[in-house]
Amino acid sequence: MKSLEELAKIRERMQSKVVLREGTNTTRIVVGMATCGIAAGARPVLNALVEEVANRNLNDHVAVTQTGCIGMCRYEPIVEVFENDKERVTYVKVTPEMAREIVEKHIVGGKPVVEYTIGAVDAK
Amino acid sequence: MKELSLNILDIAQNSIHAEATLVEILLAEDADALTITIKDNGKGMSAEFLASVTDPFSTTRKTRKVGMGLPLLKLAAEQTGGTMTIESCERALCPDSHGTAVTAVFCKTHLDFTPLGDVISTVVSLIQGAPDVDFVFRHTKPDRTVELDTRAMREVLGEDVPLSDPAVLMWAREALEEQYAQ
Repeated sequence: MKSLEELAKIRERMQSKVVLREGTNTTRIVVGMATCGIAAGARPVLNALVEEVANRNLNDHVAVTQTGCIGMCRYEPIVEVFENDKERVTYVKVTPEMAREIVEKHIVGGKPVVEYTIGAVDAK
Repeated sequence: MKELSLNILDIAQNSIHAEATLVEILLAEDADALTITIKDNGKGMSAEFLASVTDPFSTTRKTRKVGMGLPLLKLAAEQTGGTMTIESCERALCPDSHGTAVTAVFCKTHLDFTPLGDVISTVVSLIQGAPDVDFVFRHTKPDRTVELDTRAMREVLGEDVPLSDPAVLMWAREALEEQYAQ
């Protein structure tokens, strides 16, 4: 089994950074993980977001969190992005591929992927 | 649900919602049967709520009046000729042993058996979403036991590093993958 010493090394690596991290999250990516979200495929979407944020070293200011039922089950998996001083952006029927694109274009690039938002999908 | 591991993720979310500090996910498997137990030390359910809890129109949720989690698990078990049972006790009645245990037994050889699927992603997703809750995962198969206990991880990590840290989640995923691959 993977050794707990490896965990201890992770701790050592992290300790220097911890002070900086606290309270510095400015963006929250929230995934609906109630029964409806899970059944519609939210788990791989969540994992894609966590991976993409980690791979791009965004953890200092981007937090990926889970929530319960958002109340629009037919649109699941739903991902909402909350940024300081900006209006919330709601993405619907998200796939892992779309999730990675949202991180790239919206979180990193600063431009919401309009065609994946609830407004665009609803208008179809 | 396409995989039983998704049902497990869904039911374990109830435990987190019930303010559990420890959630145990126990899978016991032999050639014919798979038994899934999700046991928590949360606030438990009243006898009245327990009696109605597999009814889809029974839920604690406030956004709508249906809860499909337990009915879906029950259906998945019963369609293989298996069963689902729930035991629960509230804090007031069981101050030292409150909580809920959901046990589902599946007949693996039945045509309608849903595969377990990616149970590792379920465990990692749970830790990611509730890093302050402890999880014990144990999958007992005829030839091996796969285990992960976040209490042991927390002991090493101390209070400085949250269990939701990506490096920690990756460690947990790899620890489980290694045990399944052996």
